[in-house]
Amino acid sequence: MDGAMGSDPGIDKLIVEFRDRSVRALARTISIVEDGRPGFEGILSLLHRDLGSAHRIGITGAPGVGKSTLVERLVQRYRKLDKTVAVVAVDPTSPFTGGAFLGDRIRMGSVALDSGVYIRSMATRGASGGLAITTCEVCDVLDAFGFERILVETVGAGQSELAIAGTADTAVLVLVPESGDGIQVLKAGVMEIADLYVVNKSDRPAAEQMVTELQGILSIRAEVPTSSGISHPPQWNPPVLRTVATEDEGTEELVTALEEHVEAMRTTGVLGRRRKERLIRHTRDVVDRSLRQRVWKASDGQQRIAENVDRVVSGAMSPYQLAELIIEAGLPRVGD
Amino acid sequence: MDHAAKASLVDSHKHSRSRPIRVLVAKPGLDGHDRGAKVVATALRDAGMEVIYTGLHQTPEMIADAAVQEDVDVVGLSILSGAHLTLVPRVRELLEEKGRGDTLLVVGGIIPQADCQHLEEQGVAKLFGPGTPTGEIVSFISAWSENRSK
Repeated sequence: MDGAMGSDPGIDKLIVEFRDRSVRALARTISIVEDGRPGFEGILSLLHRDLGSAHRIGITGAPGVGKSTLVERLVQRYRKLDKTVAVVAVDPTSPFTGGAFLGDRIRMGSVALDSGVYIRSMATRGASGGLAITTCEVCDVLDAFGFERILVETVGAGQSELAIAGTADTAVLVLVPESGDGIQVLKAGVMEIADLYVVNKSDRPAAEQMVTELQGILSIRAEVPTSSGISHPPQWNPPVLRTVATEDEGTEELVTALEEHVEAMRTTGVLGRRRKERLIRHTRDVVDRSLRQRVWKASDGQQRIAENVDRVVSGAMSPYQLAELIIEAGLPRVGD
Repeated sequence: MDHAAKASLVDSHKHSRSRPIRVLVAKPGLDGHDRGAKVVATALRDAGMEVIYTGLHQTPEMIADAAVQEDVDVVGLSILSGAHLTLVPRVRELLEEKGRGDTLLVVGGIIPQADCQHLEEQGVAKLFGPGTPTGEIVSFISAWSENRSK
């Protein structure tokens, strides 16, 4: 891809409007990328050279800890610093119906109608493996559009959410004093990824204890070299911050800590290393995704499964034999 | 609706599109009651749609902005307060201005029969009065979506 426009006039026009800073074009581009509509890879390829201006911040934590409220406060503060901000709020798709109730926008009413703010609600769409790559691609579109701060808000600390946090420049884990003892948090895996910890609703009595416990665990972790492959700036001690998002307390300190983190990464070269690691992972993921789709398509895999499933059920054929059949049918024709 | 009927509704909607229908459900104006809007939002989600719920006290500007940012297919307005004759056309107007006149605009709530025709002329595709079975709203949106992708 040398940057030449694709042959689709609709997409050509969209890119022109996108570069002209049309919000409608931005929103449509995000949809094309999120849905994987024809031409999406061409668009992302074109926008690749425009990446790099955004500081991507991942914010994760259990439901109800106050992430959306905290995000709203961050948006307000960034706007006061004259930074443009995009928010991607990810909520779960129902595994039974395929639908989703995306209600994070509600909490951000105060920043509505500010042209320096863009909010997009995303559903996980049951794509546990593919969610991180798609979210990353949505952030790429926002980065290319020119937003200076991108906040990605996800629920929980499962595999997908950790993967998303891993695509951020700064990963923040939000907890509340009732989060349970610190050892649980240690197990969650997110400890390997989080750069900053926030104890929200810290006006509750158990807050002080939680902060102390967390700091204790983090100091133990500091003794053990991490093998997670995530670079941290040398001497970066993940701070534990206290906020009361509803009262806008502690949020100024949070913004300062976020800015300090990205600055520390920049000056130590860690930011460059992380982004390189991210691009490597991303390229691998794109190959995997593309291969998968093309083999399924070329082999007419779903049809072959439908035709043979009864044999697998009866034991006459194993899933491995059927899989081999599909792959052998698909691989030679992948280039077609 | 029994489980089998629900399942087939979800299925028929899923197979006709490769992606979920995105719906903005908004309450413009001074309404304080959103139970009806939430019931509809839940029904749409149960039918496999992605519902962006904006909550109460939305201005037409906020609604149109959200519709554009979220690139929704459908905008659903819930109005109980009687201000529909000003709010609804204003939303339609703003959507057109922002280049999203292609969205499906539907309205629910307390709308007097006498005003329905006027609103339909102003670009509302359908009005759903109190007591409309949610399945009807789902079918209407699904059918519109299927027709559009042909």
